[in-house]
Amino acid sequence: MLEQYLNLFVKSIFIENMVFAYFLGMCSYLAISKTLKNGVGMGFAVIFVLTITVPLNYLIFEYLLSDGALAWIGPEYAELDLSFLSLIMFIAVIASMVQLVEMIVEKFSPALYGSLGIFLPLIAVNCAILGGSLFMQIKDFSGVSEAAVYGFGSGVGWFLAIVGIAAIREKIAYSNIPAPLRGLGITFIITGLMAIGFMSFMGIKL
Amino acid sequence: MDKKNTKKPSFLFIGRSDEPILSKKNRKLLTDPLDDNNPITVQVLGICSALAITVQLKPAVVMTMSVIFVMACSNVIISVLRNLIPNRIRIIVFLVVISSLVALVDQFLKAYAYDVSKELSIFIGLIVTNCIVMGRLEAFALGNGVWKSFLDGIGNAIGYGIILIIVAFFRELFGAGTLWGIQVIPDFIYEEYGYVNNGFMLLSPMALITVGLIIWIQRSRNRTLIEEN
Repeated sequence: MLEQYLNLFVKSIFIENMVFAYFLGMCSYLAISKTLKNGVGMGFAVIFVLTITVPLNYLIFEYLLSDGALAWIGPEYAELDLSFLSLIMFIAVIASMVQLVEMIVEKFSPALYGSLGIFLPLIAVNCAILGGSLFMQIKDFSGVSEAAVYGFGSGVGWFLAIVGIAAIREKIAYSNIPAPLRGLGITFIITGLMAIGFMSFMGIKL
Repeated sequence: MDKKNTKKPSFLFIGRSDEPILSKKNRKLLTDPLDDNNPITVQVLGICSALAITVQLKPAVVMTMSVIFVMACSNVIISVLRNLIPNRIRIIVFLVVISSLVALVDQFLKAYAYDVSKELSIFIGLIVTNCIVMGRLEAFALGNGVWKSFLDGIGNAIGYGIILIIVAFFRELFGAGTLWGIQVIPDFIYEEYGYVNNGFMLLSPMALITVGLIIWIQRSRNRTLIEEN
């Protein structure tokens, strides 16, 4: 049982890494990775929000939206299939959760808010978050804890990616890059090389 | 003749200020995003989906068409409503408009192009959080008229599509030797010259590197875009 969770966790961090395998959350990944400090802040915010929204959306999908999910209300609802609403529901859940998390963090931990605060609103439109929920819908998890492990693992994978690229970009500021490649171009190529590195994890199974 | 009478009737605020429908300024809205202000290589918007679906030409073209539809419609809708949307909840209004349009596209593709929609899997859904749509709504449609917003939407979606199609063209050509699923590299090249498809082009890292190279080429042509590191 535990082994299965561990396997899912490692898989979602390294093999199905959000950035390197699916290119999710690339926009904020490129925009916020100029300094390591910001990268770490954004990374933690993504872990946080993914860990909350994926299981939440799993529950909503499983008990409200999927085919025949409404059977618990009464037999006459058993044939309803509301899965076409999932996109709108997921994005609504994410947007409101982000708002809620922002308010809670602001109230209880001003220090954390100071470092995460500006990143939280950005997260509502980060494709990694919505992508996590949409992949959850495809993967057909057997329980809410599996969904939570998947959300957390994907968040950690994203965190590793942004911290890695931010550290490299801080160092690369001192090297002499051909002028047209500076900034965005070299970041793309480095990300490509990092993705090749992450490909070596393919096939690992615990 | 009295000048007032020659004024063209305005439809949906188009040409209200006696501007021809495709004036120089409006044409610039359409052509600027194709190169100088390209959403992917210059504005850095909408990269996620651009990379993931460029393994083959066909999904890239379908994706481009979906984005053109979503951007044109959402820009028009937001621009019509721009004076009614309270500033504080604008993001949620954007999300509602975009996600309903995307759900429409998603269902349409599922009904009429099921195999392509399977291939695009979650990436049609991810148009909702595609920063191009959001970014243009925020930066343009919220402050400009309907016709201009429509042109801006179309222009940016095409600018996005061009990069998508270029990347997909090279990846499919070198990776699989086909274009649009049809073999273009003739058999004898494989047999007589020992040419082998570069399967690495089909993997995700090469998408990133291809876009990096496109940026390199574009910026060495157009030196004003070069960034200070």
